Amino acid sequence: MAKTRRAIDRASRVWVIVGLALGATFAGFPVVWMISSSFKKNSEIFAYPPSLLTDGFSADAYLSILTDPEKLRFFANSYLVALSVTALTLVVAVLAAYAFSRYEFAGRKSLNLIILSVQAVPPITLLIPFFSLIVTLRLYNTYQGLILTYMVFTLPYAIIMMTAYFNTLSKELDEAAKIDGANPLKILTRVILPISVPAMVSVGTYTFMIAWNEYLFALTLTRTTDMRTVPIGIQLLMGQMSYEWNEMMAMSVLGAIPILLLFLFFQRYFIGGLTAGGIKN
Amino acid sequence: MQALTPYGFVAPVTVLILILTFIPIAIVIGYSTLDNVIMTPESKFVGLSNYFTILTDGTFYVAARNSFVFTVGSVGAHFVLGITFASLLNSRLLPGFVKTIFRAIFILPWLFTVAIIAILWRMLLNPNGVINYFLVSSGVVDVGVEWLSSRGTALLAVTFINIWAGYPFFMVTLLAGLQGISRDLYEAASIDGAKPWQQFRHITLPQLRPIIISMVILDMIWTSQQFALIWLTTGGGPFDATEMLPTYTYKLAFSNYEFGLASASAVIILLLSMVLAFFYIRHQKARD
Repeated sequence: MAKTRRAIDRASRVWVIVGLALGATFAGFPVVWMISSSFKKNSEIFAYPPSLLTDGFSADAYLSILTDPEKLRFFANSYLVALSVTALTLVVAVLAAYAFSRYEFAGRKSLNLIILSVQAVPPITLLIPFFSLIVTLRLYNTYQGLILTYMVFTLPYAIIMMTAYFNTLSKELDEAAKIDGANPLKILTRVILPISVPAMVSVGTYTFMIAWNEYLFALTLTRTTDMRTVPIGIQLLMGQMSYEWNEMMAMSVLGAIPILLLFLFFQRYFIGGLTAGGIKN
Repeated sequence: MQALTPYGFVAPVTVLILILTFIPIAIVIGYSTLDNVIMTPESKFVGLSNYFTILTDGTFYVAARNSFVFTVGSVGAHFVLGITFASLLNSRLLPGFVKTIFRAIFILPWLFTVAIIAILWRMLLNPNGVINYFLVSSGVVDVGVEWLSSRGTALLAVTFINIWAGYPFFMVTLLAGLQGISRDLYEAASIDGAKPWQQFRHITLPQLRPIIISMVILDMIWTSQQFALIWLTTGGGPFDATEMLPTYTYKLAFSNYEFGLASASAVIILLLSMVLAFFYIRHQKARD
């Protein structure tokens, strides 16, 4: 009996490994090809037969991007916008989540419902009115316009995730601090926030990702090349030079690095926080 | 004073949502009843005539149909791949470090922005690209296929790209769900002689049901709103083979400068999304 069980396990293990290998090829091959192509000469991109490592192996594509001030500006813009959005989202979301988690107040349910629904408002619906609002407010082609816009997409999820996290913290912490005479804002900043770092890291990572990746509004609400972000910059490469595939792949690798690093460092927090938000909210 | 404290905390988000969602929605509804805006010095009220124009435009229905195929195909495949990979990663037959490595590989597509995904797949699916090379040399097709620029394959190709880009979110969430199912349930079932497939059907799926429903609705909302991927791979073409509701609306506004018509189309999309949102919220409430 025990023997057959072991035999079955061995057979199943083979199937699991085959499945994992197929899945890894599906998921990973395009990424491997992207990296390989970024080190090729442009003339070798569609060489026949294709190969991962070519004679022309070089980092020229990276050098040409990293020495071009116009392209470096795309990265600087993306960092500036994404970091500002992350900081502002965290402040606003923490305040709101604390109220949702710790207070009963008239309008709490409706506000919660509105925040949930905002997640479903299509970006394309907001695009036209935003365009005219941003022009009217003289924020067209500015960082402030983009930063303000991105908050719509980051806030709902951030608030839902932070509220779920605060709900797991004991209310006795607040009570004890209140007895010591601390005001609500002090309780939040001195007692709650220091133990909420994992949740804030996870919300921050997610927020940064949304802002770093956004395309539609960056396309529509900026105009000049010096205000463009990385996703638009990659698109500009497509039209500008006649398809320098190796440079586009190098720029893609460089554009993915911040997210990859964030993910590597914060993987545990990130997945934990995201699923808590996704499953519970 | 005490009673006002929570309002102080939620004031910033309330103001932001008011400015960034409520006022814009009011504006776009207003625009949708005008002959044109933004590009004209004076606008005329035309009632519902923009809606009439949109709802009698054949391209709108082509876009709606493509959006539907794209969304259903993507969400269905996201679910199948997500649950398959999550089950493999949850297998008790492999050591933890192996699973960690594979999990990292499986999550990869999620870490790239849409602009990157679009350009990467334009290279991979190029007639002279590596995918056509494999298909030709294994005899599946005779000559390289123009996946993204033939009418017959473009919709399939963009859906495939979106499947690749989007399944990790399903996988990660379902994996967390799987890890929450008690092993005892499976032990008991296997003592009763239940086969793996039966265990999957009668334990795994029912246990994951609430998560699956949330994920499916959320993914439908997101996928039906996908703009950048289409715009950067096919631009809605060739002809209208991959035209979807967001690209159709965007073109009305920013290629044809018909902001009144585009607003009407945007409001219709909003209503469709709100139907999905209604089911999502009702489901969330039922779970609480």
